[in-house]
Amino acid sequence: MSVLRVRVWRGSAEGAFQAFEVPRHASQTVLDVVTHIQRVLEPTLAYRFACRVGMCGSCAMTVNGVARWTCRTHVDKVARGGALEIAPLANLPVIRDLVTDMREFFDKWARAKGQFSGARSRADDFARVAPQSPARQDVDAAIECIGCGVCYSSCDVVAWNPDYLGPAALNRAWTLERDERDAARVERLRAVAGDAGCHACHTHMSCSERCPQRISPTAGIAGLKRAATAAALKGEL
Amino acid sequence: MSVRGEALLWAAQRASAALLALCVAVHLATMIYAVHAGLGAAEILHRTRGNALWLGFYALFLLAVAVHVPIGLRAVLGEWLGWRGRSRDAALAAFALALAWLGARAILGVFL
Repeated sequence: MSVLRVRVWRGSAEGAFQAFEVPRHASQTVLDVVTHIQRVLEPTLAYRFACRVGMCGSCAMTVNGVARWTCRTHVDKVARGGALEIAPLANLPVIRDLVTDMREFFDKWARAKGQFSGARSRADDFARVAPQSPARQDVDAAIECIGCGVCYSSCDVVAWNPDYLGPAALNRAWTLERDERDAARVERLRAVAGDAGCHACHTHMSCSERCPQRISPTAGIAGLKRAATAAALKGEL
Repeated sequence: MSVRGEALLWAAQRASAALLALCVAVHLATMIYAVHAGLGAAEILHRTRGNALWLGFYALFLLAVAVHVPIGLRAVLGEWLGWRGRSRDAALAAFALALAWLGARAILGVFL
């Protein structure tokens, strides 16, 4: 049986990589590797996972320098020379080992007014949204975010400007901007425009390159820029 | 700066970039033509002096530069040096005026 050489981050902001040797298996995922280490080799290793099938967004880590969802990342695809280096997500405070503090990441969703704000009451009829309408198509392209933080961890602008809302929060805002039922459009554009919002994006597209759900936050952010410009010119902002 | 101001700055930078794409292309093509045609300083001045078309073109070019460069530097100063706030914007407004002044002198130098 062949062996995989794995270096895993131990500690928090200060720490070091610890080396392990893990048996290779067919169709082995990076999460399988981390789980083997924790269950067999080092029970004190802290990491986070839940669904194991790419739905919950909790197992993202930095694998050989790239942020990935580990439950759907096969070792075959990412190991270099039979070796893996596994670290916590970048741009987030490390609590311990591979576990990051996601509070700031999700607080930014709230700051970007990521909540739906409807204008109808239970007495009103259902809203009828045409599935083929351009606005709904934009929503469909961006709505399947699982909140894994891979885009946020891959974003250079987040690293340069800690106040920047980041690709995931702006992508969420974009889905609501294009939701014809939402009634807080201008308020949301005010929240997402400016130096800490969509206008800070440099269109590097690392978020779109690495999103495991194949969403393009860059496209949504560009849409927010256009919407904010139009609102500014109309004097709405 | 207000959110509206930030949004308008972004629009101004995009619009000035579009203008620059055109102006830089015309400027480079003119320079290459002038060099290949073997024109000297006197001959170039003969063509530019009193020519309202060239004056208008370079005034537009200068306007695009004076708008575009300081807005770009604003992001660089914020992200690389952490310099944000009113002092940065005041310094860049002064820089924009300096660019416009120096450029205007150069344009008038070949027009008058």
